[in-house]
Amino acid sequence: MIEVKNLTKRYGKITALDNISFTVDTGEVLGFLGPNGAGKSTTMNIITGYISSTSGTVTVDGSEILEEPKKTKQKIGYLPEIPPLYIDMTVRKYLEFMFDLKRVKLPKKEHLDEVMRLVGLEQHGARLIKNLSKGYRQRVGFAQALLGNPPVIILDEPTVGLDPKQIIEIRKLIKSLGKKHTVIFSSHVLSEISAACDRIIIIADGKIIADAKTDELSGVLTDKRQLLLTAEGSAADIQNELKKIPDVQKVKKTGESDGAAQFAIEYKPGADIRRDVFSAMTRLQCPILEMRSGSESLEELYLRLTGSVKGGEA
Amino acid sequence: MGAIYKRELSGYFNSAIGYVVLAVYYFFSGLFFYLYCFYRDSASLGYVFANMFYIVMFIIPVLTMKTFSEERRQKTDQALLTSPVSLTEIVLGKFLGAFTIYALCCAIFLVYGVVISFFAQPQWSVVLCTLLGMLLLGMAIIAMNIFISSLTESMVVAAVVGMAAGLVIDTMSSFSKLVPIPWVQFVLEKIDFLNYYTNFTYGILSIVDVIFFLSVTGLFLFFTVRVLERRRWS
Repeated sequence: MIEVKNLTKRYGKITALDNISFTVDTGEVLGFLGPNGAGKSTTMNIITGYISSTSGTVTVDGSEILEEPKKTKQKIGYLPEIPPLYIDMTVRKYLEFMFDLKRVKLPKKEHLDEVMRLVGLEQHGARLIKNLSKGYRQRVGFAQALLGNPPVIILDEPTVGLDPKQIIEIRKLIKSLGKKHTVIFSSHVLSEISAACDRIIIIADGKIIADAKTDELSGVLTDKRQLLLTAEGSAADIQNELKKIPDVQKVKKTGESDGAAQFAIEYKPGADIRRDVFSAMTRLQCPILEMRSGSESLEELYLRLTGSVKGGEA
Repeated sequence: MGAIYKRELSGYFNSAIGYVVLAVYYFFSGLFFYLYCFYRDSASLGYVFANMFYIVMFIIPVLTMKTFSEERRQKTDQALLTSPVSLTEIVLGKFLGAFTIYALCCAIFLVYGVVISFFAQPQWSVVLCTLLGMLLLGMAIIAMNIFISSLTESMVVAAVVGMAAGLVIDTMSSFSKLVPIPWVQFVLEKIDFLNYYTNFTYGILSIVDVIFFLSVTGLFLFFTVRVLERRRWS
């Protein structure tokens, strides 16, 4: 559906994108992951035709953006990082404008009603956009991208600045879109991407550093299981006791304060050592102050994937 | 293009700009109409039109200051540029939007013509010719100011530069006489808007004047398209 080939973008001497290539299949939900300034927005802006690449091509459903800009743009619904809203318009008027601008051929009233219902705006059609909260503005931006049911939908950090409830709603929406559309969506939050996407591309410094199915990538993540423990008592005793637990592979003391010590316990994948840890601490009479599973943050993953994790750092 | 034109128009009336521009234009044209026609007991609108030139120079930058600068600042240009419309359509839609408001302003002169007709026979040919001149002049200045707006992200800068450009045009005729180099003087005279506009106020409809204003309009709209195009590639 989308084919990106050898895309390079330079701003003067700065290379924002360095020879990026990837394809997205029809109906796939692709997550674009990377730290700020990695080139996510630049890539999306090029695919949607907002800016042009220095070299390389983008083909959407067989048509190239530079050769047939109108035809290609008609196939893409785009929600940029900052929703392009005219704040002095009402929600309904704005969507009517975008409907006309995109030359959508569907019956106007029914289609607008449907899209507004889908994003939960049906009660807010008459409100001025400038009076809407950030979450609702994001929904208007979303609605705008969905107009005309384009086969490709591109969302640039759609959940930034939303409250947790809204994030979950948006995530659900993205998942449901995946049934009918090809979706690319970017974020710098790993959990969000892995919850909604079939496939993840990790991008950093303008280069693709990982491109894998979500389950494969989370497999990469889960081969290193960690339990973080804070317990009161002698650090050395606790460490010894923990090492005796069968599935534990490595115990590392990460800190000590006020008579309590913190440990990072690595254990075999698939095992559950929480009960063993509990009984071990009970035997030592060391109260557990905190116990949680340590998941790898995007930063750690990113650092690990770029091969720059050095002992003790990160 | 239709969608952009409609939005521009509604934009002018959703904010105060449309009303303010109309009010200022109507106020000053009414004032000049009173001073030159009623006070002096004259049936000629010539002086009124000549003076409106200054008002036009100030209200058009206000009308067009937002066109591209504000789109860029609010990032709404992303919606326009990623939609299936060409840059030319975007520029034309905005141009026609501003021009429509301006034409509404100028239409007041028809009313003045009718008012005069109660007292004397107005020279309709002169009135209509001047009105045409005013519309053409406005077109050129609107195109120029849209171009200025496309160069900056700040609408205040766009408005101030636009007004400054208007003053330059206004002083061009006196300035060109001071330049000692003949060919520069010649060029300045040839691009002096007032030279062409004044003919209309005498009731002289010359194809050269019409073509001048249409070319200036076309040229600046073309420049605007190029600015937008260039930004995409930089």
